[in-house]
Amino acid sequence: MEAAAKVQRQMVRLRGRSYVAFVFVPTVPIQDWLQEIDTTIARSPGFFAGRPVVIDLSSVDLSQSGIGHLLTSLQDRNIRVLGIEGVEEGRLTPMMPPLLSGGRSCVVEPSAPKKAEKVEAKATSLLLEAPVRSGQTVIFPEGDVTILGSVGSGAEVVAGGSIHIYGALRGRAMAGVNGHTSARIYCQKIEAELLAIDGFYQTADDIDAALRGKPAQAWLQGNTMRITALN
Amino acid sequence: MAKVLVVTSGKGGVGKTTTTAALGAALAQRGEKVVVVDFDVGLRNLDLVMGAERRVVFDLINVVQGVAKLPQALIKDKRLENLWLLPASQTRDKDALTEEGVGKVIDDLRSRFDWVICDSPAGIERGASMAMRFADEAVIVTNPEVSSVRDSDRIIGMLDSKTVRAEKGERVEKHILITRYDPSRAARGEMLTIEDILEILATPLLGIIPESQDVLRASNVGTPVTLSNAEGAPARAYIDAARRLCGDTVPMQVPTERKGFMDRLLRRRAA
Repeated sequence: MEAAAKVQRQMVRLRGRSYVAFVFVPTVPIQDWLQEIDTTIARSPGFFAGRPVVIDLSSVDLSQSGIGHLLTSLQDRNIRVLGIEGVEEGRLTPMMPPLLSGGRSCVVEPSAPKKAEKVEAKATSLLLEAPVRSGQTVIFPEGDVTILGSVGSGAEVVAGGSIHIYGALRGRAMAGVNGHTSARIYCQKIEAELLAIDGFYQTADDIDAALRGKPAQAWLQGNTMRITALN
Repeated sequence: MAKVLVVTSGKGGVGKTTTTAALGAALAQRGEKVVVVDFDVGLRNLDLVMGAERRVVFDLINVVQGVAKLPQALIKDKRLENLWLLPASQTRDKDALTEEGVGKVIDDLRSRFDWVICDSPAGIERGASMAMRFADEAVIVTNPEVSSVRDSDRIIGMLDSKTVRAEKGERVEKHILITRYDPSRAARGEMLTIEDILEILATPLLGIIPESQDVLRASNVGTPVTLSNAEGAPARAYIDAARRLCGDTVPMQVPTERKGFMDRLLRRRAA
């Protein structure tokens, strides 16, 4: 009996958790207000995704059907309303979200979308759609470099991450310059003058003659550079 | 719609001046109004190849510095109605070329001619960069050997970054012209093949000029090779290249000397 009672007690245990909810304050005309919501969504899609939303109806005077209409309009935009405040309970139907009270305002930090924008602004890879010509130097310490074309004899590519060459590598390629030991160098045709990863290097003479002109990759195995065919 | 065409290579002695004269004459023969401009200040040669060395009074530097007017410096070719030469100075050096001055001269030439062909000096220094600076199109002269091909690659990189067009985000249209090509030596593996060159340079081919005694003979008598022996292999190749520059589609082939039966027999025995 005692054991059963304990189980029951555990089942009704309640846990408190607080979420920061967006509070929408619709204004008249509702149509214009909805349009503003639309532009926000267009600017950053997913802005309201997974966010609790509460509607504050204190600045508008809406009938029961008006509130219903507003709720479906929001639902059409994939915004699900958690609760409503600023209205008498009588105007709400049981099917509508519950009436809330006692909310405290706080500063909303739209942290997630801002972070996403920052990542986009600071590119971590560089794509070059033209060959790198003799005498040219490409330096990109922030990350990977991808080249759609060849790297000419006497040209130089320096990357913080890996280097991908969709063409012949006839010049020098230096990957992982910031101590990134897992960086690799890939090319479709190896005729390189020099390959380096995180300071470990091999010159043309060190490269296996059997690999010359073939697709190959270079990577670090401990403190030695390995160059193998890429199949 | 004047076009400014630079004939360049990076490496010296590959045939830039010969090409400038030959293409200039071939275009003029098609009825285009052409001026060939020598940018090799201090080591001018184009006047010799054009056979106008004794007619030079004023030159490019005089015009750039405002000492002479453009019409005073332009030399009209004696053989072709539409062909003109703007010679370089032999007594000055390349530092006398200012970007502003060259830009003004090129603009002026654009308004008078259909084609402005700039003969670039070798190297990548001031003379070469001034010659390519205002170009709309470029002919990169390349010999079938590795040093010439790598220098051409370097020049292509400069055409894509250091020209006015490149700085405006536009493209300089580039063409590869392979000169001094010897099909029999290429077949024996003593020269880079056409495919090798084009694979390295990743740029369309304008023409293949075969190695020939005609070229030396023509420059010694001061005549563009397309005028001295129009039936010869190099002349035919240059005329085809000029047609391609004008937008004609001409099948690509390596013109060969027309040889007699005995020549062919002897050649085979020698090989």
